[in-house]
Amino acid sequence: MSESSNLHATRGSALALTLMLVVFAVGCHKKAPAPPPPPPPPPPTTTAPPAAAPVINSFTAEPATIERGQSATLRWSISNATDMSIDQGIGAVQSQGERQVFPNASSTYTLSVRGPGGMDSRSVTVSVTTPPPPPPAAPPSTPKLSSTDLLNQQAQDAYFDFDKSDIRADANEALMKDATLLKQIFAQDPSFSVVVEGHCDERGSAEYNLALGDRRATAARDLLVQLGVPADRLKTISYGKERPQCTEATEECWQKNRRAHLSPGQ
Amino acid sequence: MKRILLFSSLALTAAVFVWAQQISKEITKTGEKPVIAVPDFRGSGDAQNIIGVFNDTLYRELDTSGQVRIAPRTSYPLQVPQQPSDFRPPLNGQSQGPWLSDWSGPPVNANYLAFGYAAAQNGQFVVLGWLDDVRQANPSSAQLLGKTYLGTLDEAGARKAAEDYACDIVKQFNGTCLVGTKIYFVSDRTGHKEIWSMNYDGSEQKQFTHYGSITTFPTVSPDGTKIAFTTYPLLASSRALPQFGKQTENLGQPQIYVHSLETGRKLVYYNQHASMNAASDFMPDSRHLLIYSTAGGGYSQIYETDLDGGDLKRITHSGALDVEPKVNPKTGREIVFVSGRGGTPQIYRMNIDGTDVARLTDGEGDAGNPAWNPDGQHIAFVWTRGFEPGNYNIFIMDVASRNYEQLTHGAGRNENPSWAPDGVHLVFASKRGRTTQIYTMLADGTHVQQLTTQGNNEKPVWSKAAQ
Repeated sequence: MSESSNLHATRGSALALTLMLVVFAVGCHKKAPAPPPPPPPPPPTTTAPPAAAPVINSFTAEPATIERGQSATLRWSISNATDMSIDQGIGAVQSQGERQVFPNASSTYTLSVRGPGGMDSRSVTVSVTTPPPPPPAAPPSTPKLSSTDLLNQQAQDAYFDFDKSDIRADANEALMKDATLLKQIFAQDPSFSVVVEGHCDERGSAEYNLALGDRRATAARDLLVQLGVPADRLKTISYGKERPQCTEATEECWQKNRRAHLSPGQ
Repeated sequence: MKRILLFSSLALTAAVFVWAQQISKEITKTGEKPVIAVPDFRGSGDAQNIIGVFNDTLYRELDTSGQVRIAPRTSYPLQVPQQPSDFRPPLNGQSQGPWLSDWSGPPVNANYLAFGYAAAQNGQFVVLGWLDDVRQANPSSAQLLGKTYLGTLDEAGARKAAEDYACDIVKQFNGTCLVGTKIYFVSDRTGHKEIWSMNYDGSEQKQFTHYGSITTFPTVSPDGTKIAFTTYPLLASSRALPQFGKQTENLGQPQIYVHSLETGRKLVYYNQHASMNAASDFMPDSRHLLIYSTAGGGYSQIYETDLDGGDLKRITHSGALDVEPKVNPKTGREIVFVSGRGGTPQIYRMNIDGTDVARLTDGEGDAGNPAWNPDGQHIAFVWTRGFEPGNYNIFIMDVASRNYEQLTHGAGRNENPSWAPDGVHLVFASKRGRTTQIYTMLADGTHVQQLTTQGNNEKPVWSKAAQ
């Protein structure tokens, strides 16, 4: 039965009871006086509900781990509190808020709240890690040799017999070393190119020596290419006898001039 | 037996010597040269001051022309005519004045007489000059030449008048006078090898190119209007770095450049895509060039191109170094050139189409620098025959017979002979000290004259007179 119908039923019962009592009283004059009705029950009293306890909805530190010198942000949300504070020097706070902190070492922050309903507290910790030490200072670097310097210092000349452009055994040796050197240089320096110069001694005619010097440069260049030096990085030029590296009329000087020589390209 | 052998070999040597000498004699006509008497001219008034220069120049020009032999002055008669009207025929065996037979008879024994006089007129140096064939009977039939020559009233004017007069005399015997002809050559006196020009006697030396790198191997067209040469172009990267010395200048591969001799300006010439292109000789039409180039691959070969480098025609196909092609100036149908196909550089001939190759030098030593005589029959060239490598002498050869003659004999390094338009003189370069200089000489090796002194001078080419 529903509450209201219960109530109706209770009221109906009370009414019925009262009516019966009235009838009884009227109906029976000569009888003994009726006992007094029981006092009505006292009305239900509404009491205030008990005070709710303060609640810390959330209290976070973000990020939880920092490197020294960085900062973290504390965020909180509180209900039912009248006194709210965070230690570590932060002090009183509002029920919602955030605060940036810069701890030098790992620190624990405690939020304490109090209200009519009680008290509560919660803590978060911000861990502070020390950054790794800087790497030791690099030793002073030796300046890297340019391709031009490398070539001028390490390339060897290939020498020829008089009136000839055949590659001798010693010229072959020199050019093999040059091929290794050139492959190295070209791998490191994609923009570098080399000129293979052909030279003659002063004795032949300038006209024939122009052609002979060209032949020497070509023979040396062809061998370098055969040994794996990229052909598109090599150019030839004949100087005939126009650019001798010595001018004495001796066998020694003449041999020095009969050569193929590597120089930086442009 | 031994004596017979010795005698025979001596006779043979003598015969060879005489036979060899025949070539220069053929060219210079030593035995047949006409004898000319050239008495001093006299000058009146201001002309007196410079008449000495006139006489010296006239004598020297005729003497070195190679066309005449001058009768010695010591034999000249006392009476010298100054003009044709001075001649007086003798009367009854008595002299009445200067006469033709004074000169044709002993002791002078001349064939010709150059005579006249000089005066100053209207501020000019005026010369009246005649040439007579003194073997004739009378002055009017004797006269070959009678002309007035003008010049400024100074030494330069006197020289010019003498040169013009000598030129007209020489033309009577040969037809080609050297006055006005030019020699182009290479000089390093500016610090770089450039092309220069000068007159046939070494005067007026002028710089022609200014490329500032290495410029060499000049050749001039037969019509005298163009010059071709070979240059190593300066690359842009080196122009920006003037503080570097010559050795570190960055040069491009040698290429052919052609310039006009009329304007001096560079003309268009498309070089072959090759490591080496060198100019060698113009064809007789002055509109094609013979070059040597590595256009065909690894070895220098001989080609012909148009004046602008087009229409390439390959001529040699040897697996050796072929350089220095020179075309016969008279026929245009054969070429002499230098080739290493036999092992060492020697002189060869072939037809213009490359057929019928034959070696001209005998294979000894190194030979090079061939140059055709205008007659189309002889060449001059250099050879180390009889000497160590590098010691070149100048030789001339009759191409048909292969007979040759040596003109220089070990005096320094002699190179690049080139014939004068008269076919009787040669210009060449020689190192006779610490520097190389340019000389001229007669084709018999005589009359050697030095033309340059500054720096090193080489690779001369003799060109006809400017138009």
